[in-house]
Amino acid sequence: MEVLPVIDPLFRRMSQAVALSGVMLLAACAGSQPDAEAGRGTFDPYEEQNRQVHDFNLDLDRKLVRPVSKGYDAAVPDDIETAILRFSQNTSLPRSIVNNMLQLNMRAAIEDTARLLVNTTVGLGGFFDPASEMGMPAATDADFGQTLHVWGASEGAYIELPLLGPSTQRDTFGTFVDVWTNPLTYVLNNPARSINRGTSVAGGLTRRRQFSDTIDQILYESADSYAQSRSIYLQGRRFELGGSGDEDYLDPYDSGGSTADMEDPYDQ
Amino acid sequence: MTNDASRRHVVLSALALAGATLVPMPARALTEDRARTLVDRVVREINRAIDSSGSQAAMIREFERIFAQHADVGIIARSTLGADARRVSNAQMQAFTDAFRSYITRKYGKRFDEFRGGRIEVNSVREVKSWHEVRSTAYLPGQSPFEVRFLVSDRSGQDRFFDMVIEGISLRLSEREEIGAMLDQRNGDIDALIRDLRNAG
Repeated sequence: MEVLPVIDPLFRRMSQAVALSGVMLLAACAGSQPDAEAGRGTFDPYEEQNRQVHDFNLDLDRKLVRPVSKGYDAAVPDDIETAILRFSQNTSLPRSIVNNMLQLNMRAAIEDTARLLVNTTVGLGGFFDPASEMGMPAATDADFGQTLHVWGASEGAYIELPLLGPSTQRDTFGTFVDVWTNPLTYVLNNPARSINRGTSVAGGLTRRRQFSDTIDQILYESADSYAQSRSIYLQGRRFELGGSGDEDYLDPYDSGGSTADMEDPYDQ
Repeated sequence: MTNDASRRHVVLSALALAGATLVPMPARALTEDRARTLVDRVVREINRAIDSSGSQAAMIREFERIFAQHADVGIIARSTLGADARRVSNAQMQAFTDAFRSYITRKYGKRFDEFRGGRIEVNSVREVKSWHEVRSTAYLPGQSPFEVRFLVSDRSGQDRFFDMVIEGISLRLSEREEIGAMLDQRNGDIDALIRDLRNAG
């Protein structure tokens, strides 16, 4: 216990250094580096700044996004809302195709291209979704953060971005690159981004409404909405990137899922 | 031939009997079949509940029953406390588990309504480390299908699930974050946590 005050600042400085080098490595689009985050654990050296951003986002949601999404939902007929959502999804397909190619995932690139062609032509510019009705594979929704993951870049520190919500260093860099491919894509997002990716303002408002209960529960009903949205974002994003999470998931019967030296609860 | 076979049968039965009496039933390993049987039953009961045209209150009650009967609430509750579970008395743990059960039921029972008119289908089972993972897909009206994984273990002595993972998001780990935050806000006071948990969710 006495060593803790000594180790703690040391550790913090160390992890900051690791994070900084992570940023530099990311900026250089470098290959793999030793993972700073321990598996499913949370690497959040910028928690203090992140929490300030979170308060800002929360305030924004409370005062603007949430009421506007309700107003939008009330004012715009459901069919039109759906059409706008589809349109914004269609405009994100070029980004997805480029990223699939960068990941050498040609099958996905071809599927997304076929979807783009069908929905842009038969679907009248993307306002309809004949591709899904024809049973074509779902959009892959590939992004540059995912491409960086495929290329071996590590996740880096957790970051909450103003307006855009939860992210990581890797995904932040990815987001900036994606904005160049499709400025519409990331204009509006929110802290439940794992269930709410790749949408424009109108799409974002529709989703904000559609998932209003889930998002409200995370933002306004949890004891610590910052920690809750961080946990849900990281879990959801890691799932999306294809990790099953098995390696890091501990059997609660061994340890209560925490420290390794804990006894089996059933032994007592 | 027949004689041979029946003699072998007798010998084998005798051995089996001896084995059964001598070895005091070593930990019966959970099989894929048994994990699947459990989740099949859970899913059947969930499907029946969300298919019903009953009131929301009735649906929440049904959810509570399914959860209490098939989930290992004790281990889920204990693990959400993390290392703090070690400094908790037995009486406190009992009270915490009860409060946690009712909290979970209220919190997720409310959301259960969104499943109305939907269905869940069990796909596959596999062994992961010391537990079994049963994958299923939820089809809800007006939404893209999504994956629900049930993590099953028999280490409590019964086949129970100890986590539900929706699109990669674990109920147990998310609640651990939540309970941890609540405990911090109360300066680690377990009794205050138990008291407030009874009304939370």
